[in-house]
Amino acid sequence: MKRSSWLIPTIYILFLLLPIYWLVSMSFKSTNEILGSFTLWPQDFTLANYEKIFTDPTWYMGYVNSLIYVSINTVLSVAVALPAAYAFSRYRFMGDKHLFFWLLTNRMAPAAVFALPFFQLYSAVGLFDTHLAVALAHTLFNVPLAVWILEGFMSGVPKQLDETAYVDGYSFPRFFVRIFLPTIAAGIGVACFFCFMFSWVELLLGKTLTAVAAKPIAATMTRTASSSGYELGLLAAAGSLTIIPGAFVIYFVRNYIARGFALGRV
Amino acid sequence: MSLELKEVSKQVGGETHIYPTNLVFDSASFNILLGTTGAGKTTLMQIMAGLDKASTGSIFFNGEDVTNIAVQKRNVSMVYQQFINYPNFTVYENIASPLRVANIGEGEIKKRVGDIADLLKLSPMLGRRPSELSGGQQQRIAMARALVKDASLVLLDEPLANLDFKLREELRDELPRLLAERNCVVVYATTEPMEALLFSGHTAAMHEGRVTQFGPSSQVYREPNDLVSARVFSEPPINTTSVLKAGNEIRLSPGISWNVAGELARLKDGPYTFGIRAHHVTIQETGNTPIQVDGTVQITEISGSESVVHFRMNDNNWISQSPGIHPYDVGSTAHFYVDISHGLYFDEHEKTISV
Repeated sequence: MKRSSWLIPTIYILFLLLPIYWLVSMSFKSTNEILGSFTLWPQDFTLANYEKIFTDPTWYMGYVNSLIYVSINTVLSVAVALPAAYAFSRYRFMGDKHLFFWLLTNRMAPAAVFALPFFQLYSAVGLFDTHLAVALAHTLFNVPLAVWILEGFMSGVPKQLDETAYVDGYSFPRFFVRIFLPTIAAGIGVACFFCFMFSWVELLLGKTLTAVAAKPIAATMTRTASSSGYELGLLAAAGSLTIIPGAFVIYFVRNYIARGFALGRV
Repeated sequence: MSLELKEVSKQVGGETHIYPTNLVFDSASFNILLGTTGAGKTTLMQIMAGLDKASTGSIFFNGEDVTNIAVQKRNVSMVYQQFINYPNFTVYENIASPLRVANIGEGEIKKRVGDIADLLKLSPMLGRRPSELSGGQQQRIAMARALVKDASLVLLDEPLANLDFKLREELRDELPRLLAERNCVVVYATTEPMEALLFSGHTAAMHEGRVTQFGPSSQVYREPNDLVSARVFSEPPINTTSVLKAGNEIRLSPGISWNVAGELARLKDGPYTFGIRAHHVTIQETGNTPIQVDGTVQITEISGSESVVHFRMNDNNWISQSPGIHPYDVGSTAHFYVDISHGLYFDEHEKTISV
C-alpha cells in the first residue's frame, strides 16, 4: 500500500501533462511529420515554426497586440476596482449588498451577448480595431471580479489599521497609498492575475472588435489555413508560446492563488 | 489640558449606542472607562478621538470646541486591543510614522524613537517587521507609536486584554510610569474591575451606553451610586437579596436579621435590596459584625490561595470568596458569614441609600 502511494499521483500528473507535452512536441515537428506518421517525439527536430513566428510580423504582432490590451485592461480594471472594493469593505450604505451582488451578475452573461452592442458602439465612436476597445470591453467582466477579490482581501485588514493611521495624522490618500496598498499587495497581485488570465484567453470579443491593427494572437491562430493546407506545426508553436505569459504571471502569485479563487475570503 | 464631553450621544440606525453623556477629564489625569463588552466604551473613545461623529453634543479640549475638527488635527493617539501596526513598515518606521507625518527632522526622529524604544525594550528589534515579533512585543510597538508624539489625549482601548497573564502584569506596572510626567489626558478602557482599582485615577462606570457614575476609582468602588454601578464594579458579581426593613431591624429571612442605626433606621419601613461583595461573604467568621447565613453549595472554585464558593441562599445565587482552601461537596449545606458593615442598601429604584 505504502510502496505504491506514488503511483496514482504520477498517473494523474502524466495524464494532465500529456496534452501539453503533445503540443510542445508538435511545435518542434514539421507539418509533414505531424500528418505523415505517429511519433512520440520529434524525429526531425526543427525550430522553423518558432523562427516563422518571431520573424513574421503578422504572427508576432498578434502577441504584441494581445499583451498591449491585456496590460491596459489589467491596469484599468484594478485601478477602478481598488476604490470600489474599499468602499464595499469599509462603509455601509443603502443597497450596498445588492450592488455588490449585482456586480457579479455581470459575469453571468456570456461574452457573446455583448459582442454585437460593443461592435456597434465602438464602430460609431471610432474605437473599432484599437487596443483600447478590447481593453474596455474586457473591463466589463474584470472589474466585478477584481472588486470581489480585493474586497475579500481588504475585509481581512482590521478597520483599526485605518483609524490608527488617521490618529497618527495620515490623510486618507496618503494612508491609502503608503500603508493600505502595501498591506493588501498580495490581493492586488491576485486580482491582476485573474484580470490578466481572463483577458488573455478571451477570444470572442477580442476577435470581434479588431480587424488588423489590434488583432490578438488567438485570432491570428484561427487563420492558419494557407495555400499549403493547415500549418499544424506553426499552430502548435504559437499555442506553446501562449502558455508562457500565464505561467510567468502565476509564478508571482502562486502562494495566494487559492485565496484568489475563494475571492479573497479565507 | 482637559477633555470635556457635553451631552454627547450616538445613535446608529434608530438604535442608541451612547445616551447623552457629560464627562470632564482633567489635565494630566488617568481615566478609566469600566464596563462589559458592548457598554459603549469603544464608541465613546472613537467619539473622543474624532474617528466617529457624535449624533448630538459637543467635545471641548482645553475649553476649545473640537467637535468638528478632524482626527488628524486633534493630536490624539490610540492603542487598540488588537495589535495594530503597519505590516509593511519596520518596527523603527512604525514608531517613527507619526513624527514623519508631522514633518519632524530626521535627527529629532532618531532621538525620540531611540528613547521610547529603550523605555519599552524594543531597541534590539527596530529593524524587524512587526509580524516577526511576539504579541507582547507587537503591542509594545503600538504603545511606542502612541507615546512617541506628544499627544494631548492618549486613548487605550483594552490594550492588555489580548496579552497573556505575565505580560499583562508587566505592562500594567509599566504603563503608569510611561504616562507619568506627561501633561496629557489618558483614557483607558477595560472590562476588569481589578484593573480599574490598580491604576490610581478616576473611573467612569459604563452600562449599556450610559455612564452610570464617574469619580475617583476607589470612591466609585466603595460608594456606588446605584446597583448598576455596583454590578459593573464587582468581580465576582455582587451578591444581592431583598430584605425587609421594620423599625431599626433589617430582616433577610426568618431568623436572620440585624439592627441598623442612623440614616438607615430613619427610612420608611418596607422592602429594600441588600448588596454585598463576594469577599465580604466568607467561610471564616471575620469582620466586626458577621451574620451567619446557610446555603447549598453549587460550585467551588479553588485557586492557589483562595476559595470561591457559589451557593444558593433563599432563591438567590450568592458567591463567597475566602482565603484558604475549602473544598465543599456539591449539594452540601455550609455556613457563610456576611460582614454586614460593608453592606450596601438600595431603594426600589436601585439607587444607593447613603449611610
